[in-house]
Amino acid sequence: MSTLTADVTPAPNFALRPVDPAAAVAATRAHISVGETLSQTLIMAWRALKKMRRNLEQFMDVTVQPLLFTAMFAYLFGGAVSGDVHSYLPLLIPGIVAQTVLTTCMATGVQLREDMEKGVFDRFKALPMARIAPLAGPMIADLVRYVIAAGLTFVTGLIIGYRPGGGVFGVLGAVLLAVLTGWSLAWIFTWVGTIAKSAKSVQGMSMLILFPLTFLSNAFVPVSTLPGWLAAFVKVNPVSHLVSATRDLANQGVVSAEAGWTLLACLGVILVFAPLSVRSYRKQL
Amino acid sequence: MTTTAAVEATGLVKEFGRFRAVDGIDLEVRQGEVFGVLGPNGAGKTTALRMLATLLPIDAGRARVFGVDVAREAHRVRQLIGITGQFASVDEDLTATENLWMFGRLQGLRSGDARASARRLLEQFGLEEAADRPISQFSGGMRRRLDLAASLITRPPLIFLDEPTTGLDPRTRGQMWDTIRGLVAEGCTVLLTTQYLDEADQLADRIAVIDRGRKVAEGTPEELKASVGDSTLQLRLAPGADVEVARQVVRRVAGTEPVLTPESGRMNVPLETADRAADVLIAFRQAGVSIISVSVAQPTLDEVFLAITGHGAESEHEATDDNAATTKTKLDTTTKTKLEV
Repeated sequence: MSTLTADVTPAPNFALRPVDPAAAVAATRAHISVGETLSQTLIMAWRALKKMRRNLEQFMDVTVQPLLFTAMFAYLFGGAVSGDVHSYLPLLIPGIVAQTVLTTCMATGVQLREDMEKGVFDRFKALPMARIAPLAGPMIADLVRYVIAAGLTFVTGLIIGYRPGGGVFGVLGAVLLAVLTGWSLAWIFTWVGTIAKSAKSVQGMSMLILFPLTFLSNAFVPVSTLPGWLAAFVKVNPVSHLVSATRDLANQGVVSAEAGWTLLACLGVILVFAPLSVRSYRKQL
Repeated sequence: MTTTAAVEATGLVKEFGRFRAVDGIDLEVRQGEVFGVLGPNGAGKTTALRMLATLLPIDAGRARVFGVDVAREAHRVRQLIGITGQFASVDEDLTATENLWMFGRLQGLRSGDARASARRLLEQFGLEEAADRPISQFSGGMRRRLDLAASLITRPPLIFLDEPTTGLDPRTRGQMWDTIRGLVAEGCTVLLTTQYLDEADQLADRIAVIDRGRKVAEGTPEELKASVGDSTLQLRLAPGADVEVARQVVRRVAGTEPVLTPESGRMNVPLETADRAADVLIAFRQAGVSIISVSVAQPTLDEVFLAITGHGAESEHEATDDNAATTKTKLDTTTKTKLEV
C-alpha cells in the first residue's frame, strides 16, 4: 500500500485507493515472526534512546551516584575496613560498580511503570506487535546507562588513586560483565514494574529487593568479618559473585569461576523473569 | 450473499468486581457505515469499545471483526483496526513525525514508507508545520488530530473512535467531523462513542443508545427522533404552576406523556405534528396553567435520550420507564422491518 505512495508526491486526502476490508482480512497473519519481534524491540529501543536524550536529568542517577558513592565510601570506610583509603579501593570499586549497576536496574522498572501509565501504551497494546517489545526495547536502551554507571565508577576510582592490576582489558571485562549482569537483573525490576500499581510502589518494592541484595554481599566488607549465618547468605547472593568476578577481572585480569556463576545466575533470572514480565504485561490489557 | 459485518457482537459482558460495566450488549455494525454508540458518562460505552478493540478481555459473549473472532484471534483483529481514545495516545516526548514514523515501523512499514505515510498524514491533518515540534507543545485539538492520524497509518478498514471530540472547541470539532466523513468516503467503517447527541445525529448512520451497560434503543437518527413524535413543544411553566394539572392536560389533549427536563418548570411535549401545539396551549389557558415561554422545535436526540433512559426526570420514574419500554418496542419493529426489506 505505501509502496504506491513512497515515490509519488504524497497525495492529499482521498486520492488513495479505497480501503478494501476483504483484502485486509485476507492479508492478516495469525502470528508474529521472530524477525518482526526483533525489529519492533529495536524500534522501542530507539524510542527509549530518543526519550533519554530529551530528558537528560534521567542520567542523574548514573552520573552523580558513582561519583558520590565512590568518594564517600572510600573515605568513610577505607580506614576502618582496610587500614587506609588506598588499600580499600581494590575491594571497594568493584563493589560500587555492582551497586550502581543494580540501582540503575531499579530505574528501569520505575520508568517502565511511569511509561505504562501514559496513553501511548494503549496504542502499543492495540497494535499487532510483540508483547515483549515494549519491555525489552527500553532495556536495550538502558545498556547505555549501565556503561556510563560502571565506567564512571572506575574513572572516579582512578582519580582517587585506584590502580587496577588487571589493566585496561581487565577493567573493560569487568565493565562488560557488570553491564550484562545489570541488564539481566533488570528483568526482575521490569517484572515489578508490570505488577505494581504505581511508579512509587515500584520504587518501594525495588528498594526492598535492592538493599538486602547489595548490602548483604561482599561489596563493601570482607566476608570473613561477618557472623556465620550472614556469611552463608552473602556467599550465595548473586551480587557477591558479581563483585568477586569483577574484582578478579579488574584487579588480577583473570576470568574466574565467579564470572561463570554470575552469568549462570543471570541466565536463570532472565529465564524466569522475562516470561513472567510478558505474562503480567499481557494481563494488564 | 451478504457481506460480513464489520462488527458483530452478541451478549458482550464485562464485569469489574461485582459491577457489570457492560451487561449483555449486542451490536452489528455494517461495512462502510458510521455507527454511533450514544450514552451518558459511565454507561459502558468505552468499556464495550475497548473489548471490541482487544484492549479488555471479554468476560462473556462473543465478538467478531470482519468475521475474525476478537477473543481468539486478537492479533489478527489488531491488524484490522485503528483506535483513537479519549486521551491522546501518542508519545509526548517525540515529535509528530517521529510518532507517526514509529507507529508505522511497528506495523511493519519500511523506514522510507513509514516516513512517506507520516508526511501524507501530517498533510492530510493540517499538521505539517508542527511536524518537528514535540507533542508537549501541541494544543488539545492538534493532539487529537495526530492521535487519529496515528490510527490510520496502515489504513485499517475499521476505526474505533472513543469520544473523538470531547473537550474540543466547536471549530476543531467540525474539522474532526469532516475527517470522519472523509474516512467513510475512503471505504472505512467507523464505530464511535459519544455523549453528544448532535454528534451522533450529524455523523452516525445508525445509533445504539447505551445506558447502565445495556442497549436501550437502536435505529437511525431519524427513527429515534420519530419515536418521540415529529416535533416537540417546549414549555416553561410559571413558578407555582401546577405540574400535575399541566400533565393531565397534555395527556388529554396531545395523548402523550410530557417529559420533564431537569431544570424545574420545563416540560417537553412530544407532538405528532406541530399543529397540535396550539391545542395544548389553549387547553392550558382553559385549565389555568400559566407559562413563561413556549417554542416548537424538531425533537432533538436529547429528548429521545431523556425519553428512553428516563434520566433527568427523577420524579417521573414510572411514567418515563413505561415510555422507554414502548419506545424500545417501536424501534425494534422499525429496525426489523428495515432489515427484512
